[in-house]
Amino acid sequence: MLAEILHTLPQVLIDGLALGAIYAIVALGYTMVYGILELINFAHGEIFMTGAFIGTAILITLTGLGWIAVMPALLALLLVLVITSVLTGFIGMGIERIAYRPLRKAPKLITLITAIGVSFLLQDLVRFITEVKRGNYILTGPSMFTDRVEVKTSSVLSVFNDASFKESFIIVFVVAAIMMITLDFFINKTKWGTAMRAVAQDRDTSALMGVNVNKVIGLVFFLGSALGGATGVLFAIQYGTIDPYIGFILGLKAFTAAVLGGIGNIRGAMFGGILLGVLEMFASANLTLMTNGVFGAEYKDVFAFAILILVLLFKPEGIFGKVVMEKV
Amino acid sequence: MHILELRDIHAFYGGIQALKGVNLYVDKGEIVTLIGSNGAGKSTTLKTISGQVKPKQGNIFLNGKDITSALPHETAVSGVAQVPEGRRIFPRLTVKENLEMGAFSVKNKKVVAERMEKVFHYFPRIKERLSQRGGTMSGGEQQMLAMGRALMSGPNVLMLDEPSMGLAPIIVEQIFSIIKELNESGMTILLVEQNAYQALQIANRGYVIQTGEILMSGQSSVLLRDDQIKEAYLA
Ligand SMILES: Nc1ncnc2c1ncn2[C@@H]1O[C@H](COP(=O)(O)OP(=O)(O)OP(=O)(O)O)[C@@H](O)[C@H]1O
Ligand SMILES: [Mg+2]
Repeated sequence: MLAEILHTLPQVLIDGLALGAIYAIVALGYTMVYGILELINFAHGEIFMTGAFIGTAILITLTGLGWIAVMPALLALLLVLVITSVLTGFIGMGIERIAYRPLRKAPKLITLITAIGVSFLLQDLVRFITEVKRGNYILTGPSMFTDRVEVKTSSVLSVFNDASFKESFIIVFVVAAIMMITLDFFINKTKWGTAMRAVAQDRDTSALMGVNVNKVIGLVFFLGSALGGATGVLFAIQYGTIDPYIGFILGLKAFTAAVLGGIGNIRGAMFGGILLGVLEMFASANLTLMTNGVFGAEYKDVFAFAILILVLLFKPEGIFGKVVMEKV
Repeated sequence: MHILELRDIHAFYGGIQALKGVNLYVDKGEIVTLIGSNGAGKSTTLKTISGQVKPKQGNIFLNGKDITSALPHETAVSGVAQVPEGRRIFPRLTVKENLEMGAFSVKNKKVVAERMEKVFHYFPRIKERLSQRGGTMSGGEQQMLAMGRALMSGPNVLMLDEPSMGLAPIIVEQIFSIIKELNESGMTILLVEQNAYQALQIANRGYVIQTGEILMSGQSSVLLRDDQIKEAYLA
């Protein structure tokens, strides 16, 4: 059995990294908002979905205008990513301003229900607009970066099979890595990033330092949503077809990844996302084998979530969630 | 014109009235202390000044400008720094980051660096601990960091809420001598204390607050000799 698991390992890792990178960035949005407001922003999965639709719509429009044909594909992608993330960034900020801020002092449960409401609203809005424009709410964008690349992993270790990936995998991975590294730098090394961490730790005292707390919270929503929207674009490019409901399950999993890494912890969210993606792909490739055919690949989510529960049983604060000693 | 003035301040927490018409002023270059026992309304007074609590009635003036309805971050930017009760260091920021947060509204990096040197001058121990997390420092170190952080904004008025709370006598001694030193270099200070004797020792003037009302005020030397105060606060 081990040999068979090893055969597929390179492919599992590649597919797992692509999926995990997507989980990781969406998880960042959950963890940032939770860190600063202790709010599970359920609408975040829908921001990701909205990003996928906005990005695809722009790509379809550009194709219609004939621009895609004359533009380097990477440039087109960059353009789409920038426009989409700015738009979803503002949508996220708007949601905070309109739906969450008035409830800042209300019980957390009220805000949570509002967030679920915003989720439905975004789903239906995207579905409505897409149906009006296209007659169908399932959308397939122009195919980009679909050439397959072979990796001769068998020459590294004879027990490995060769693996392959679409070119888009590299795009997903590189863009995701750039976004994560940039965000990490921003949060840990810049003045506004430090202010974000300060507000997360002590809102009142941050205000005493001259920090406009509402501005910082708005910034957190902008950044999280911009990254989430851009990730939606990556998802659309990697997996081709999207519908208004992709944000729900993916959001749930990304949230899980955030909890796995330790909610509120930025690097934890990145790690949790990658881990969950790899686990899921591992299960998808090997469950049938490991259970003698009792459970098929469709049980991959059960496997991934079982791991989550196990981790949380032994480490309830998540893998990177530290219990910081605080003297008062 | 007073640098800071409170006129007839009434403040509430829900239905409970915490301040019942507080009048108080601080002149430039003074140390003024506000003393009183637990729950008297000392912290609430500072919080109305910094904008954390909105008074229901009355006005607050900073350099003659009405700042009653200013938000906390706006008041901070206008030059009032508050060292809150219990220090409120950012526990998971490093000592250096804590100081940098104090200078959040200062754009000029050179000014920030100069101020940090000045903080090191007053609190040499902070300099040795720049990369340590704030939350892992001792109580006395945290108090020094909280004061240093407040100084980073280059305030016109420094408000301190019970800086001696929970500290060993020798540290309290140090803190008070630094407060005095700061004042001698020109800093205007509003000092809230339960430690009435030591506070009055370094202050020019004092106010005694009890259940939300100013009971008495005057020169520190006079208050120190007052029988009623001796009995209630200096025993
Ligand atoms: N957040 C709050 N909600 C309700 N009541 C409060 C709140 N903060 C203070 N109070 C009440 O207001 C009154 C004044 O409190 P305040 O904190 O100003 O007292 P203090 O003089 O600073 O006391 P201490 O020396 O114990 O710090 C007290 O009766 C207190 O119980
Ligand atoms: Mg107090």
